[in-house]
Amino acid sequence: MTSPTPLHFHVPEPASRPGGKPDFSGVSIPKAGSVRRPPVDVLPEEIRDLAYSIIRVLNHEGRAIGPWVPDLSQDELVAGLRHMMTLRTFDARMQMAQRQGKTSFYMQHTGEEAVSCAFRIALGPDDMNFPTYRQAGLLIAHDYPLVDMMCQIYSNEHDPLKGRQLPVMYSSKKHGFFSISGNLATQFVQAVGWAMASAIKRNHRIAAAWIGDGSTAESDFHAALVFASTYKAPVVLNVVNNQWAISTFQGIARGGSGTFAARGLGFGIPALRVDGNDYLATYAVAKWAIERARLNLGPTLIEYVTYRAGAHSTSDDPSAYRPKHESEEWPLGDPVIRLKQHLIAAGAWSEERHKQTEAEILATVIAAQKEAEAFGTLHSGGKPSARDIFEDVYAELPPHLRRQRQQIGV
Amino acid sequence: MPSYRRICVGSASRSEFDAMPRMTMIEAIRSALDVSMARNDDVVVYGEDVGFFGGVFRCTQGLQQKYGVSRCFDAPISECGIVGTAIGMAAYGLRPCVELQFADYMYPAYDQIVSEAARLRYRSAGDFTCPLVIRMPTGGGIFGGQTHSQSPEALFTHVAGLKTVVPSNPYDAKGLLIAAIEDPDPVIFLEPKRLYNGPFDGHHDRPVTAWAKHELSEVPEGHYTTPLGKAVTRRAGEAVTILAYGTMVHVALAAVEETGVDAEVIDLRTLLPLDLETIAASVAKTGRCIVLHEATLTSGFGAELTALVQEHCFYHLEAPVMRVTGWDTPYPHAQEWDYFPGPSRLGQALRDIVETR
Ligand SMILES: Cc1ncc(C[n+]2csc(CCOP(=O)(O)OP(=O)(O)O)c2C)c(N)n1
Ligand SMILES: [Mg+2]
Repeated sequence: MTSPTPLHFHVPEPASRPGGKPDFSGVSIPKAGSVRRPPVDVLPEEIRDLAYSIIRVLNHEGRAIGPWVPDLSQDELVAGLRHMMTLRTFDARMQMAQRQGKTSFYMQHTGEEAVSCAFRIALGPDDMNFPTYRQAGLLIAHDYPLVDMMCQIYSNEHDPLKGRQLPVMYSSKKHGFFSISGNLATQFVQAVGWAMASAIKRNHRIAAAWIGDGSTAESDFHAALVFASTYKAPVVLNVVNNQWAISTFQGIARGGSGTFAARGLGFGIPALRVDGNDYLATYAVAKWAIERARLNLGPTLIEYVTYRAGAHSTSDDPSAYRPKHESEEWPLGDPVIRLKQHLIAAGAWSEERHKQTEAEILATVIAAQKEAEAFGTLHSGGKPSARDIFEDVYAELPPHLRRQRQQIGV
Repeated sequence: MPSYRRICVGSASRSEFDAMPRMTMIEAIRSALDVSMARNDDVVVYGEDVGFFGGVFRCTQGLQQKYGVSRCFDAPISECGIVGTAIGMAAYGLRPCVELQFADYMYPAYDQIVSEAARLRYRSAGDFTCPLVIRMPTGGGIFGGQTHSQSPEALFTHVAGLKTVVPSNPYDAKGLLIAAIEDPDPVIFLEPKRLYNGPFDGHHDRPVTAWAKHELSEVPEGHYTTPLGKAVTRRAGEAVTILAYGTMVHVALAAVEETGVDAEVIDLRTLLPLDLETIAASVAKTGRCIVLHEATLTSGFGAELTALVQEHCFYHLEAPVMRVTGWDTPYPHAQEWDYFPGPSRLGQALRDIVETR
């Protein structure tokens, strides 16, 4: 049979572009509390529907409802709010520092703070994250010193990474934070290997893999799913769907799959989709997946539905590719405001305390910044040595690098 | 100002040259794509952020709007997928010209490039071919750290079946890119990103200069080609030959001017095929040779050049061939200018080599 019309080439388009009206009518959002909570040993085929839904806890009034309400005390929630506020303030200061020429580059988390901050709290102290550049909440919520983060951003003499890495590409084994590569998706599969190692060694530690919506298109993502599935690796596979990959909307990476969570289904990996701007839901879902991994039940894929409210990085201007006010129309709101409202509704917080806390956090971040800047910024003050170029290429400096180091006289 | 000897080749008419617009390297690349897409419906352009937005360096800006989404579109973040599909399209008969966002991100595509694109003609005895161009920004100088600074040209020149091109200015960028798109074989097109918006001679502490002040920013609007495999002598000299490409051409000219050494500066433009004739003639005349590149030293393209020079000019050489290159380390962030082989490092080599007897 011959087809009546010739083939045509399909290229997905976002719902709207600059000059158009923001349109999220395609994002269907279930009511808070409406999605069931299966036991952690559920069979993947019994929860296929959860890959297409969104688990939500906080409703419009800021009340926590339904089966996924986590057992977090009010003090823990206040701490979570402070983590998110700290990350946001940190971002604002470092963004400004980049604009002031104190460093070359910065990447913000605006709108996505809940994802990494809540996940860190759900994770154990000996577990390992394989993060991307947009999960600094994993450090902040784990009390990594702000000064050290800033020194890395400034590439100064106190930079733990000796000036070698691009700003925000932190690394801290002690804080369960694997060195960030900069090459997308490469670490997603490494997390699976780390988890396999923990199983081989019959340990209790688990791994968390992190990736953005756009980067799930890389082969490494799919390799990670195969290995995680085959070896039932104790790993949580986190996909942060913030709707954008620089200028490319999530439909380009997602294709016909419906959701990113659904990517797990063909691999027999249970997949959950969660409101990534809901601190409580994010924590609860993370906890569920972490428990599964710890009980030797294997991997879980989690898609965090969120929105990148800021630019991709300091090198980017989103007004060139998405409607200017798109972020204001994002139907899942702002994670900081939502947790704040929840705490106020629960009688554990007030506008006044919030303002005070904001001021207090700003003072803390500014103090850390002063301290960091005393060690230098990218173009002035203390610097890592040119010697540091040659160290750590190998465990021992080989003769050819010794010669090269001599050539620059350090 | 250093002097440039310009070779104009191709089909641009005299009148076109009379009223030539000034272009940056980005505009010249865009113009090459535009001209190629207008002339041939089979030319398709895609890559990450390449469609609606026009690429993170804006090299494809406006092409989707002009030629439609079937000819210029956004790709998923999969370099393997971008190159793999481009090979399939090329085998079909299209002329894909794809962009990898940074050369540092080409590794997921490397299997497709090395095992597939490079060998398709050979293994099928010409039954299937792969007329494909893979563009990617290379080189440092923008504080990009180890994932936005690499110069992996030797990883391509080492592979049989690939051609590798590195322009140093807008005029060549356009002519070479059109030639690459029209070439019957896969071409790796490396774009020194530090040259996108202006010439750069390695003096990072001086004000940036615009292409508009440079004579090689005069670029014809229409179609012309700069043939692959032809080097050009940017400065004639008697004392020593400097072999360079991309950003390093500008570094070489600056160092020559600053040291006063009467060096001949050759801009290779294509690394493979290589214009050995121009190289050998120059070294036979000067008797000395410095090879300059930003990539790491060991097994770099400079090693190939050095071997060729000793093979073809051994009895003319009055000093060992010297290499001035990046160090054998990853590209650091803060210590960028200690890493970058700038005019002072080259200047020292120039003084040393002319004193060697
Ligand atoms: C292998 C590779 N290809 C391309 C890039 C360039 N790049 C950096 S971030 C980015 C977009 C990533 O989007 P997403 O995965 O959605 O993460 P997000 O930035 O939204 O957090 C791209 C294409 C890269 N860093 N590595
Ligand atoms: Mg994204």
